[in-house]
Amino acid sequence: MKKISFSSLFSHFILIIFALLFLVPIWVVLASSTHTPVTILRDGLQFWFGDNFINTYKSILFEHSGYTKNVTAFRMLINSLILGFGFAIGKVVISSMAAYAIVYFRFRMANFLFWLIFLTLLLPVEVRIVPSFEVLSKLNLLNSYTGLIVPLIASATGTFFFRQFYKSVPDEMLEAAKIDGANSWQFFIDILVPLSKTMMIALFIVMFIVGWNQYLWPIMMTTKPEYSTLLLGIKEIYQSNFEGTYLPEFNKAFAMTILALIVPVAIVIIFQRWFIKGLVDSEK
Amino acid sequence: MKKVQFKGGIIPYLFVSPQIIIILVFFIWPSVMAVYYSFELQDAFGTSSQFVGFLNYQDVLGDKDYYNSLSFTLIFSTLVTLFSLGTGLYLAHKANEVIKGKGLYRTLFIWPYAIAPAVVGLIATFLFNESHGDLYHFLNQIGWKFDPKSDPFDAQVMLIFISSWKQVSVNFIFFLSGLQGIPRSIIEASKLDCKSDTRRFWSIIFPLLTPTTFFLLVTNITYAFFDTFGIIDTTTRGTPMGQTKTLAYKIYQDGFLGADVGGSSAQSVILMLFVLIITIFQFKYIEKRVHY
Repeated sequence: MKKISFSSLFSHFILIIFALLFLVPIWVVLASSTHTPVTILRDGLQFWFGDNFINTYKSILFEHSGYTKNVTAFRMLINSLILGFGFAIGKVVISSMAAYAIVYFRFRMANFLFWLIFLTLLLPVEVRIVPSFEVLSKLNLLNSYTGLIVPLIASATGTFFFRQFYKSVPDEMLEAAKIDGANSWQFFIDILVPLSKTMMIALFIVMFIVGWNQYLWPIMMTTKPEYSTLLLGIKEIYQSNFEGTYLPEFNKAFAMTILALIVPVAIVIIFQRWFIKGLVDSEK
Repeated sequence: MKKVQFKGGIIPYLFVSPQIIIILVFFIWPSVMAVYYSFELQDAFGTSSQFVGFLNYQDVLGDKDYYNSLSFTLIFSTLVTLFSLGTGLYLAHKANEVIKGKGLYRTLFIWPYAIAPAVVGLIATFLFNESHGDLYHFLNQIGWKFDPKSDPFDAQVMLIFISSWKQVSVNFIFFLSGLQGIPRSIIEASKLDCKSDTRRFWSIIFPLLTPTTFFLLVTNITYAFFDTFGIIDTTTRGTPMGQTKTLAYKIYQDGFLGADVGGSSAQSVILMLFVLIITIFQFKYIEKRVHY
C-alpha cells in the first residue's frame, strides 16, 4: 500500500513540474502585460499582476498609436476571427460535400478526383510560396478576405475526416431514404448532415484554431494593415521593440500576445472533448 | 465504398466541384509553375527569362549552403521528433496512471496546442533575449555562455527546445487517447502476470501503441519540416551565419526575400519529392493498419 502511494506521489510531482514548464512562460507574459513599460525595463519580467492592466489593453485595442499606428488590435482581432471562422466554415462545407460525392455516388472520375484531393497533402504552402503569390496577384486577390481564406480550405484532411465517417453510416439509412423517395440532395441535407453534426462541430473547432494560427499565408497575402491578423500585429510589435529606436513598450507587446493566444486556448479548454475528437478522428 | 449508392450523372460532380476547383487554382497551378520556374533563369528584374534545363538543380545541389540547411533540417527534425514524442508519451502514461486529477492534467497538457508557432517564437524571443530575458540570464549564471545571436550551436539548441515545447501537446493528446483505447481487461490481466511497471509498459502497453507512434512520427517530422516556419521566422530568422535555416525556410528566404525564383523553385520541387516519399510511406502503413 505504501509503495503504491509513493509511486503515485512521484507521478503527480512529475506531472506538476511539466505542467508548470508549459504554464509559467505564458503566465509571465500575462503578468508583465499589466505593468508599465518602465517597470519592465527596470525590473525585467514580472511574476505578479501590476496596476496597468486597463491602460495597456485599452490603448492597444482602441488607440491608433505606437506600433499599431495604422490599425488597432481590435481590428486585428476581428480579422483573426474572420480568418478562423471563414476557414473553419469553408472547410466543413466543401469537404463534407466532396466526401459525400466520393462515398455515396458511383461515377467515373471518383477515383481520380479522390487522388487529386489527396495530392494536396504533398503541397504545403511553404513549398510553393512564390508561385502561389503570383497566382493570387494575377487573380487580383491580394489584400482580400477571399484570397486570405479560400486557398487554404482545399486541403485533404477534412475530406478524409468525413469520408471515414460516412463509410461508418449503415447502408440501411440510404435504403430506407430511397424507399421513402428521397433524392440525393434531400438525403444529404435531411439525413447525413444532422447525423454528422457532432463530427462537424469537432472538425470546426480544430479548423478554427488552425485558421486563427495561420502565419506565413497572411504574411504573403496582405500588405495593407487593415487586413493584418493578430499574429502579424505582434510580429511587428516585437520587431519594433527590439529594433526600434524609441522606448520599447513591452507591456503592449505582451498584451497583444495574450490577445493572440487567449481565444484559441479558451476554445480548446472549453470544447475539450469535441476538440480531441476532431483532432484524433481527422488524422486517422 | 458503399454497397448502396446513388447513380452517377451530373450531381456528384456538383458536390465535389468546389473543392476540386480550389485545388486546381490554388494547388495545381502554382505547383506546376514551381516546376516550370525550376527549369528557368530569370534576370534580376524579373523581366525576361530563359530555359536553362537542370542548371538550377545543379546550382542547388552544388551549393554548400543547401547542404548546411539540409543537415540542420535532418538533425533538427530528428531531435524535435524524439523529444516531443518521448515527453508526450511519458506524460500521457503518467496522466493515465494517476487516479486523482486525470481531467485536470489532461487540460494542463493539451492547451499549448492552441498557441501558434509564431506566438511561441515571439514569447521565446523575449525569454531568451540578452537584455531582459530571464532564461538568457539563468543559462549564463549557471555557467553556459549562452549567446544565440552569435553562436550557431546555442541558437540551434534554443530552436530545438522551443519547437519541442510546442509539439509535446499533440503527442500527449494522441498517446492519451491511444492509452484510453486499450481495453481495461488487458491492463488488469497484465497486472496479474507482470509486477514491474516498467516492463509491463514496454512489453504490453507500448506495442499496442505502435499505430499511434507511427502516425505521430510522420506528424512530428512534417511539423519540424514545415510548421516550425513560424518559430524560426520570429526567433533566429536563419541567423547566426545561416545555421538555423530549415529547407522550407530557405525556400522562403531565397525565393521571396532573395528573389532567386529559379533556385527557390528547384528547392521546392526537391522538397515536394521528399513529402511524396513520406506520404507513400505513411499510406502503405495505414493500409496495413487495417489488418492490425
